[in-house]
Amino acid sequence: MFRYIMTRVLAVIPTLIGAATLVFILMRLIPGDICVVRLGSGGGSFSEHSVQMCHAELGIDRPMIVQFAEFIWGLFTLNLGNSMWSGKPVVLEIAARLPISLEIALLAAIVAIVIAIPLGTISALKQNTWLDLVVRTFAIAGIATPSFWLGILSIIMVLDVTQAITGTPWMPPIDYVPLWKDPIRNLSMTLLPAITVGYRYAAVSMRMTRSTMLEVMREDYIRTARAKGLLAKIIINRHALKNALLPVVTLLGIEFAFLIGGLVVTEQVFNLNGIGRLFVLAVQNQDYTLTQALVMLVVAIFVLTNLVVDLLYAWLDPRIRFA
Amino acid sequence: MLAPTVRRSVCATLLGAAFAIGAALHGNAEETPKRGGILTYMIPADAPPSFDAHRENTYAVVHMIAPFYSVLIRLNPSNPSDTTHFFCDLCTEMPTPTDDGKIYAFKIRQGVTFQDGSPLTAADVAATWHAIIFPPQGVSSARETWYTMVDKVEAQDATTVVFKLKFATSVFLPALADPYAMIYEKRILDKDPHWYEKNVMGSGPFWFTSYDLGQSIKGTRNPNYYHKGQPYLDGFVGILSPKQAVRVDAIRADRAQMEFRGLPPAAVDQLKQQLGDKITVQTSDWNCGNLITPNTRRKPFDDVRVRRALLLAIDQWHGAPALSKIADVKTVGGIVFPGSPLAATKAELEKLAGFWPDIEKSRAEARRLLKEAGAEGLSFEMLNRNVDQPYLYVGTWIIDEWSKIGVHATQKIVPTGPWYEAMRDGDFGVVVEANCNGVVNPVMDTQKYLPRAAFTENYGGYEDQTEIDIYNKMLHETDFARQRALMRQYETYVIDTKAYGWPMLWWNRIVPAWAYVKGWKISPSHYVNQDLANVWLDK
Amino acid sequence: MSASAPFQFAPQPVTEDAVVIKRSALATTLYFCRRQPVGTLGMAIVLIIGIAGLGAEWFAPYNPTSNDFTAMTEAPSWTHLLGTDQLGRDIFSRIVFGARTALIVGFSSAIVGGFVGLVLGVASAYFGGRSDMILQRFMDILMAFPLIIMALAIVSIFGTGVHNVIVAITIPLIPRCARVVRSSALPIREVPYVDAARACGFGHTRIILRHMVPNVMAPFLIMLTAFVGQAILAEASLSYLGLGVQEPVPAWGLMLQGGAEEYATTAPWIAVFPGLAIMLTVFGFNLFGDALRDALDPKLRER
Repeated sequence: MFRYIMTRVLAVIPTLIGAATLVFILMRLIPGDICVVRLGSGGGSFSEHSVQMCHAELGIDRPMIVQFAEFIWGLFTLNLGNSMWSGKPVVLEIAARLPISLEIALLAAIVAIVIAIPLGTISALKQNTWLDLVVRTFAIAGIATPSFWLGILSIIMVLDVTQAITGTPWMPPIDYVPLWKDPIRNLSMTLLPAITVGYRYAAVSMRMTRSTMLEVMREDYIRTARAKGLLAKIIINRHALKNALLPVVTLLGIEFAFLIGGLVVTEQVFNLNGIGRLFVLAVQNQDYTLTQALVMLVVAIFVLTNLVVDLLYAWLDPRIRFA
Repeated sequence: MLAPTVRRSVCATLLGAAFAIGAALHGNAEETPKRGGILTYMIPADAPPSFDAHRENTYAVVHMIAPFYSVLIRLNPSNPSDTTHFFCDLCTEMPTPTDDGKIYAFKIRQGVTFQDGSPLTAADVAATWHAIIFPPQGVSSARETWYTMVDKVEAQDATTVVFKLKFATSVFLPALADPYAMIYEKRILDKDPHWYEKNVMGSGPFWFTSYDLGQSIKGTRNPNYYHKGQPYLDGFVGILSPKQAVRVDAIRADRAQMEFRGLPPAAVDQLKQQLGDKITVQTSDWNCGNLITPNTRRKPFDDVRVRRALLLAIDQWHGAPALSKIADVKTVGGIVFPGSPLAATKAELEKLAGFWPDIEKSRAEARRLLKEAGAEGLSFEMLNRNVDQPYLYVGTWIIDEWSKIGVHATQKIVPTGPWYEAMRDGDFGVVVEANCNGVVNPVMDTQKYLPRAAFTENYGGYEDQTEIDIYNKMLHETDFARQRALMRQYETYVIDTKAYGWPMLWWNRIVPAWAYVKGWKISPSHYVNQDLANVWLDK
Repeated sequence: MSASAPFQFAPQPVTEDAVVIKRSALATTLYFCRRQPVGTLGMAIVLIIGIAGLGAEWFAPYNPTSNDFTAMTEAPSWTHLLGTDQLGRDIFSRIVFGARTALIVGFSSAIVGGFVGLVLGVASAYFGGRSDMILQRFMDILMAFPLIIMALAIVSIFGTGVHNVIVAITIPLIPRCARVVRSSALPIREVPYVDAARACGFGHTRIILRHMVPNVMAPFLIMLTAFVGQAILAEASLSYLGLGVQEPVPAWGLMLQGGAEEYATTAPWIAVFPGLAIMLTVFGFNLFGDALRDALDPKLRER
């Protein structure tokens, strides 16, 4: 077990370094100059001299290898530098936007779990009945629907419905307040995006729950339990569900990491000041430091989530635990 | 019967009362601004790189921090569409230039203080302008090239600032009225010229309260504001919101009262349909227009016949009304802002290629030119920027127009960064760009068409001393009639003779707002009139 | 991307008394249709979209890229079945031609991504050891790397357009496929007759092609159907962000960007129909894939 843990943990490091190299190279391959974009973004005119000064200020006129070394060293010392666009520390830029993204991701996860597991279980127990068909259709629709389209439609629907009922259209607030300051205002802003994102998350989990439940229900020990005369409820809760949930939890973990990436589009639709939108901005502005930091953040979350899930799985699977 | 004296006094009283009532009724037609309330508006952009208005070039900065600062002179806040008269903000009266129009001495008003309590004197004004015109080493001033005619700027004493020009020119005053020229504190500039990039310290109608990174900026009334009675608002909230659909929905739901840049016609129609007379709409020609720039270094655009042909194929007169319904473009014009006295009249315009009233004749001539140049059935890629309004609409329309003379063009659409890169590297055949300026200053605004040797932002890749000479004559000409004639000459040379740049439709600024927001008047520039001092809420 | 449970297919031995029924291809298809009505529905949807895409020139009443400024944002009517968009282009025609773009993008990405993933996954499982570890790390990096950065980089460096979008979408598909293929192929590696075959002197390629690949075919094909759907969705997202196909090419994701949002309340058909098209197509592919899985995976068959 210990060996397994160590190998898994050590395997993380080359992944991180590889991702860092990849993003460094990619960003610098993109044609364009942040200084020009910055000076010209308003449409006015600017001088060549100010561009050169900007280059010197940001350090992008130094040799590549120097910039790369600085980047890698910064990762190790957790000194991520300043955003090239605003000059503020990268950590500050990210910290200001992380809360809302995390909140939506967590809410989406809650929505997904609350919907997916009961529905998936029912669907499995009543396989091939109309209920199963309805749930399965609902699930596939969730995977098939583009989340941003759903988002656009839902905003319009909320506006139109509230206008039809009360005469004045209602729209979620457009400026963010933290959950503890004003929970109602905060939730009214985050609930709709969370549902839009969570629908897909729920759909994938629902299908996984159904398929693992089906597998488990076929197992011999379930047949034995039934033969013993145990109540169906006890069979499901105590025996089937526990074993079926393991792959589902794995999936939830992996999909959560993907969720962060999916936030990019959602935050555009709902105009949320989160990590996803920061991502798009950083890349469009060719803000190397900020983009690199964000990519490393996402990769780190992904890698760590996978690691935790793998370790959990290994710990629960006696074959590996006692190896 | 009343005695004559009593009759007279009764008459007088009645007349007096009549006058008083009349005056009162007339007075109500001019509404008295109400004090109080918070204005929430949207800023259609992402967070700008810094707060330093001298350094930045994006309207996002102006919309965010103009309310915190004062400027030396500006356009009339009650009538900012007037492009020829300038008014004082910090000065006491507009000076008459002396020494053959080369010296401007401004008297600075007394009793102005910054948010930290320090008094504002001529030294601060002079230091600010010195930083703008002659930026010190390591400091970047985005509009430095506007002021090449200034020889010296200094504070003569505690209340007078003097600008000494190298030559008299009509472009100086409009350039001086630049809304980006926010007055900073000399004490701070001396200590740290980069301080203003991350901080706000102004003397304007509002005090800086807070900034939520990437999200919103807030300000409250400056109780010591020198324009007495203003500002009427208690405060404001500016919310950064780059997504148009969200802005429109927010206005519809009254989460925000307006935005100050301009919305496309469809969005405005939608708001009018949903809110009826609860909103008011102001429109104005915009001091921004698209122009197509051919790369004269690349075949076949080095041939003036091909350039003229492509220009002649486009039917701007009929395209404008159709496009104005879906895009924020409207007016057909030459290289000068259509509302300016220096602009061409319709008759003058119709003589230029691309503006002929008879499109069939124009297209026939285009085909003939292409044939003569051996470029029939021409096929190429037009570079365009990844922005819907109005770049993509205009680009799609133009491609359709070219197909009518047998030219097959496609669009290569790229994000802003690569778009700039391609233009600067000359890596394009034809590009859609924009000529966007602030305060209407036609002689300055048309520098865009000068060859790169004279104006670094030109991407056409041509050299032409004749053109520069015409322009310089125009720049130094102080008599209006003669200057206008020179402008016609310049315009004809650029568009008709050489077809270096093809001005397409001028943009149309449409600003809807909730009807209870009063006092703000639209102007041709979205940089102008944003300090919100005269805005009030009628509720 | 939907993650599927790793499939464990142990090769079933054939005994004397088991009757092997050989059916013709048509009979197999009909058998499938009868047993899996839902999957048939999916297949039907896919076929309709496919035919529409292939024969777009015959089905589309108008040219999808010609502007008509006299008929902007018109509601659905008999002249324009699904209405027109803000430039006067017929939406039905654009959807039909968009089917072509969607299927080109979907199939190309799925096939190329799937194929490369198959090769890498099988090689990784077969050779094991260090090369397995290195490949795994590389796959991890690709999988963790956000799609949007990759897409923006590719688009900025090589330009926009269908080909570059395909490249951008294919790359994240490769590691996902490789992972699933590898976990299906690993058990085969352990089976004794592979070692025996090596001992007999059979080459690597032959063993891989004859023993490993057939056994991973079932989950691989199922994954391909899912990939097509995911690729179409990815193209939609990228176009929505402005990184995908560009105007005036008709593509469903592109139709949902810009104009669709601007006119969402006054002309909802501009936004609704392309979204429905995406949804139906991906729906069809997923239904088909599900039915395929149910048919091929013995453990999930109803007793």
